[in-house]
Amino acid sequence: MSQHALVVKDKTLSGFWAYLMTDLVLFATLFATYGVLRNNIANGPSGKDIFDMPFVLVETMLLLTSSFTAGLAMIALHRRQAKTMVMLLLATFALGAGFLGMELYEFNHLVHEGHSWRESAFLSAFFTLVGTHGLHILVGLVWLSVLFGQLIKKGITEHTERRLLLFSMFWHFLDIVWIFIFTFVYLVGVM
Amino acid sequence: MLGRLTLDALPHDPIVLGGVISMLGGGLAAVIGLTYFKKWKWLWKEWLTSLDPKKIGVMYLVVAILMLIRGGVDALMMRTQQATSVDGSQGFLSADHFQQVFSAHGTMMIFFVAMGLIFAVMNLLIPLMIGARDVAFPFLNSVSFWLFVSGMMLMNISLMIGEFSAAGWLAYPPLSGLEYSPGVGVDYWIWALQLSGIGSLLSGVNFFVTILKMRAPGMTLMKMPIFVWSCLGSLILIMFAFPILTATLGMLSLDRLIGTHFFTSDLGGNPMMYVNLIWAWGHPEVYILILPVFGIFSEVVATFSRKQLFGYTSMVWAIGAITLLSFTVWLHHFFTMGGGANVNAFFGIMTMIISVPTGVKVFNWLFTMYRGKVRFATPMLWFMGFIATFVIGGVTGVLMSVPAIDFQVHNSLFLVAHFHNMIIGGVVFGIFAGITYWWPKFTGFKLNEKLGASAFWCWLIGFILAFLPLYALGLMGATRRLNHYDSTTGWQPLFIVAAIGVLFIAFGLMLQVIQVAYSIWKRKEYAVDSNDPWSSGRTLEWATTSPPQEYNFASTPQITTRDAFWEMKETGKSVFGKAEDIYIPKNSATGVLIGITAIGLGFGIVWHIWWLVIVTGITILALLIQRLSTDDTERLLPAKEVAAIEKAHGGITA
Repeated sequence: MSQHALVVKDKTLSGFWAYLMTDLVLFATLFATYGVLRNNIANGPSGKDIFDMPFVLVETMLLLTSSFTAGLAMIALHRRQAKTMVMLLLATFALGAGFLGMELYEFNHLVHEGHSWRESAFLSAFFTLVGTHGLHILVGLVWLSVLFGQLIKKGITEHTERRLLLFSMFWHFLDIVWIFIFTFVYLVGVM
Repeated sequence: MLGRLTLDALPHDPIVLGGVISMLGGGLAAVIGLTYFKKWKWLWKEWLTSLDPKKIGVMYLVVAILMLIRGGVDALMMRTQQATSVDGSQGFLSADHFQQVFSAHGTMMIFFVAMGLIFAVMNLLIPLMIGARDVAFPFLNSVSFWLFVSGMMLMNISLMIGEFSAAGWLAYPPLSGLEYSPGVGVDYWIWALQLSGIGSLLSGVNFFVTILKMRAPGMTLMKMPIFVWSCLGSLILIMFAFPILTATLGMLSLDRLIGTHFFTSDLGGNPMMYVNLIWAWGHPEVYILILPVFGIFSEVVATFSRKQLFGYTSMVWAIGAITLLSFTVWLHHFFTMGGGANVNAFFGIMTMIISVPTGVKVFNWLFTMYRGKVRFATPMLWFMGFIATFVIGGVTGVLMSVPAIDFQVHNSLFLVAHFHNMIIGGVVFGIFAGITYWWPKFTGFKLNEKLGASAFWCWLIGFILAFLPLYALGLMGATRRLNHYDSTTGWQPLFIVAAIGVLFIAFGLMLQVIQVAYSIWKRKEYAVDSNDPWSSGRTLEWATTSPPQEYNFASTPQITTRDAFWEMKETGKSVFGKAEDIYIPKNSATGVLIGITAIGLGFGIVWHIWWLVIVTGITILALLIQRLSTDDTERLLPAKEVAAIEKAHGGITA
């Protein structure tokens, strides 16, 4: 890699770290809001009434595994094993899509039961916090699809490598946020 | 098809119609002028699609000054209303229109004037001062600017189509909720701020990385110019505070769009949570605006006293302390919430503490002048005016940090006087000082000093007349946002004085416009003959040509001391080397296109035109994917050409 390309990579990775931190503040705000509103269930159900823990556990496992495959993909990228890397990224995509599908199923189910975000402040905060995370996952999936296109067209170059690194940072970040959601929304919710 | 939008949305009120006609007329005149002089291509290639931070900075400045005039007209309308609307007379504004005017004034001045001015100086100066060629992410910088413009446009469109928020500049619920504000006004407010706020957030990240990663070799943190330090504090605050704004506006919007219950009064919603969240952003915002201005004054006072800044290290610590503490005082905006004695005591004490580092700065500036060779050029006049007005504002601020006193003056004109003391006497005066000081660097000629000084005196006298009476009025019990009152209160004479003050300020602003126009006309006469026109410049920007080339410096400077350029002049040892190969970002139209599309996105959400939201949303996504998949974004300027350019413009190379 040229000196100039290294400088660009260094700047971009630092910038992305900084961006992730701001995104974390956004989630922190939503967490704080959820913390304030979680007992304001009005006439609606509480977390205990609606959370299906085995379901959420499977969902969580899908996302954690996808983070793991994304990590392995980066190792493959480092070793320039293009084929392995693409397979692992495909697995990441499939697991992420599975996670998102399950989340949408959960949301749909709740709305169907009459427990939409309109019912109480608790449900508003729940749908917004979890939904914002889901929206990020969707962005990640779109991003990954674009990267597949670039990999087919250009192969591994300094540019696609840098973009793959950024994607993996984003994906692990979402994993960490989800661990907090799983703990503070679901686990604490059913306690 | 058009959602809530019907023909009723067009303006009926003659005053609004007048505003719309003058704005459309101005726009039309600009279009005709550009066509007549065949300048469209020039505008597109040299400015709109440019990724050069110096040009983006100038565009920020132009937009912010135009909005300053619009916000100023709002102020004039409010003061006229309050001077005349007594007893039988209802003034010339209806109650609802008056509410829209004060909401628009606050929103305009903070988001599209003050923020625009701050980003203007950051764009113009940060890369130059740290010896860099550019910002870390030039394309992102353009996106930030165009999002700022799209928010500004959306807010101005609200004047023509529909209405603006009547819920105050921070739109507290439940008033701003769907139940009490069913119209489109609050939605305009939300999306104008959301768009420009995301732009600010991206700028925060961009300049943060620029300062941390792109300083010239040898420029350690403690060798940075103090202006860069003050910007770093401000940028850290942007990165931590603006996401809170984004989330809060998002939740308010969800309450209005899909019926959530975050801030409603029923089904468990909590309006006070909004007030807490918005001020958790809002108080740091105050420091986001004022910190860079402290930096400007620090550079100005050192240059015009021909002395090193007194207490550099303590200045850095003061900036750091303010950055940290500004997140611990938000509750002083609403002591009356009823958080209890302990909560109020904590936030009251923290507020008193945060005034200490600010006091340190004031003394540092005064000691910088002490025994210096002080030259009272216009920037220095603004500095002196700032010290006087800012200290008054600071003292009244500390006064209000005592909860028991705050209960008496809460929501009164006393508070209005206080924060105008900080924002006009601080931010606005500081930006004017900065503009006058750095003008020759970016244009190659100085501004007329006489007109500058006259404008300063109009502003200062106008400021005193317009705002000192408000302190008295506040103590006499006048609350803010009154569109009518009784003459037995005895307030009218003071309101009339305040209105006269605004006229003085308007006259000062007019003199500044004349000053700029006259100086451009006389630019040959006022041309500067060196790169260091004040002959006492201390920092790196004075080392390069005026105006600087798009790459800033022909070679990357090697820094060994603070005030690198001053040292260079003293010791005669150049920090620059031979001209280098330079990478320059190519122009990109994507930022402009994203900005224009974002206006459509905001407009669609405001009016519930869902097809428009989908179309514009997908367009923005496609534009981003296209741009972020492009690898070839830079061009190489070979060292030979750089050397030739420098030779032609009298630049510094070894």
